[in-house]
Amino acid sequence: MSTQFEIRGLRSSIEGKEILKGIDLKIQGGEIHALMGPNGTGKSTLASALMGHPKYEVSEGEVSLNGEDVLEMGVDERARAGLFLAMQYPSEITGVTNADFLRTAINARREEGQEISLIKFVRQMESKMKELEMNPEFMHRYLNEGFSGGEKKRNEILQMLMLEPKIVVLDEIDSGLDIDALKIVAAGVNAMRSEERGFLIITHYQRLLNYVKPDFVHVMMQGRIVKSGGPELAERLEAEGYDWVKEELGIVDETVGQA
Amino acid sequence: MSTPTTSFGREAAAALARSKNEPAWLVDWREEAGELASKLELPKPEKMPLQRWTLDQYGTHRPGTTVGSAADLPAAITELLPAEELGALIVQHNSSVVFTRLSNDLKAKGVILTSLDEAVRTHEKLVRDHLMTAYKKDEHKLAAVHAALWNGGVFLYVPRNVDIEFPVQALMFADDAEATFMPHILIVADSNSRVSFVEQAATLLEGGAATLLHNSSVEVFAKAGAHVRYAAVHHMDRVVVDVAYRRAILENDARMEWIVGDLHDGNTLTDTKSILKGNGSTSDSKIISVGTGGQRMSLTTQAVHIGKSSESNMVTRAVMKDEATAIINGITKIEHGATKANGQQTEKVLMLSPKARGDANPILLIDEDDVMAGHAASVGQVNAEQLHYLMSRGISRQEAERLIIHGFLDPVVSEIPLAGLREQLHRILERKLG
Repeated sequence: MSTQFEIRGLRSSIEGKEILKGIDLKIQGGEIHALMGPNGTGKSTLASALMGHPKYEVSEGEVSLNGEDVLEMGVDERARAGLFLAMQYPSEITGVTNADFLRTAINARREEGQEISLIKFVRQMESKMKELEMNPEFMHRYLNEGFSGGEKKRNEILQMLMLEPKIVVLDEIDSGLDIDALKIVAAGVNAMRSEERGFLIITHYQRLLNYVKPDFVHVMMQGRIVKSGGPELAERLEAEGYDWVKEELGIVDETVGQA
Repeated sequence: MSTPTTSFGREAAAALARSKNEPAWLVDWREEAGELASKLELPKPEKMPLQRWTLDQYGTHRPGTTVGSAADLPAAITELLPAEELGALIVQHNSSVVFTRLSNDLKAKGVILTSLDEAVRTHEKLVRDHLMTAYKKDEHKLAAVHAALWNGGVFLYVPRNVDIEFPVQALMFADDAEATFMPHILIVADSNSRVSFVEQAATLLEGGAATLLHNSSVEVFAKAGAHVRYAAVHHMDRVVVDVAYRRAILENDARMEWIVGDLHDGNTLTDTKSILKGNGSTSDSKIISVGTGGQRMSLTTQAVHIGKSSESNMVTRAVMKDEATAIINGITKIEHGATKANGQQTEKVLMLSPKARGDANPILLIDEDDVMAGHAASVGQVNAEQLHYLMSRGISRQEAERLIIHGFLDPVVSEIPLAGLREQLHRILERKLG
């Protein structure tokens, strides 16, 4: 059965301020959805709330992945159920090498006694790093420590390739990437396209969508999805900006929860 | 108790030295130290009163049994020695050195490795020129007691231009709570020599409430252009009080590296200090510690810059559990005339329990304008963002915490120059952090 991911009426707040005001979105395996919108409209909040970041409180709504209640799960359980978030600002962790971290993450998905062998793991990691044109040294570097912005983004994609999630949320994976890195990241995403896997790509710009063709494009404003369409919507947004959407919907200030 | 606690002083020190047939100069020297011991005050480390510590347990002379081959060492000792390592080795058991191994190749190059007990006879001049000149016997009561009573010990001399490839290993071991256990390690690295030295202090004391005082000292003399790397792992029983004063004096362009795991289970007082006397000398100190139970620790790192363009870097990282207390001091002193000196220090404490205490005190004392100096100190809990990040990849909270805590100490652990000891250190950390 192909993956079914559904968000219904999701409301979420941070420090008492409501940011998400009822999100409805259905993603099926094989589909790529792009979530676009100006800064401060709640896109990253949606990503964080889905993953279960402790700062974001969910007050209403449901999220299900293949019939399982995601909101009932802890952060690590969500990940093991198949949810993956490529973060906008990944943490740096001293003393934990990239390889140790990824091997621990892979083994967390396996039964005790069924752990991946070191040699198999290393081969797999080496080959995925090669695909992403990453320096093999990064395998033994401390997790994200001293990585440039672009290197961190590639490292997020590396994790996606290694962990083979069912639902992938990419939170502004394209920001801070030069065009070559963008193409490599896009190739990584395209290589992962399959009937079993759905994508939600959060971005400001059309740029990435030139390389990863979305099936659906959604526009977010004021903590809601205010408009949905096909790839042509992203192209129009790139050409004309967001003002026409605001005008059409009678929105003056598109942001949400800003002081 | 048979231990001569209150009566200890001039006469006791001299009597003990005579009973061990020590050379006359050393008997006099011990006598003087005994006199100082009865007069001087205890040291006063920041925010750590020592009055309540049991520091007057001097023990009695209990030499171990000397053996001719490593295979004849007691099992408790061989278990602590990394099996695959074959470099130079010296072992102290309670009050004396029981085994020394040095390859003929190194002997032929003029390398000396003996107990300090023996070196005071066989290499009197070298010993007298250096012994307790970096850590002086009149610094305070503990220094004077150490001078009066040090036993066993290590003397390592590395001649000019000699590069000892494989680390020299020393194991200081006690299993008798009534023994005097006060090793002194003296290293003289002559011009342009290179050596790595690895020291382990361990005990195996069955139950009992008796306190054993490990009043130890390390002195390193790095002559011009010499590089010395000194790694130490202390992991003794809770009833042991660990006192370790470590000192290095660096001549021109010498380099000193301290890599220390203060992982003792009982009260701990350590002070690791590099004196950068020579121009262009550099020192790097990395200390880790894990506080558990109700133990109290005073951990100090110091760098004193006298030479021009001298550079020091000091890092202390401590993980605090249960009701343990650690006062962590970093003291960078730059003397007048030490132009272009650069002294940096960082103290980081990771708190795992609300009842634990960890204080980081960075201190910069600078008497020269043309220098660079910096410090960073932090005390905090496991970072919530880091935890979330690891968990978002499917790693359980418990495992994520374990990774972060071990990772916090890894920058020091990974620097330990012997693979076998590094493994041992991982086991000690697993146990202490468990």
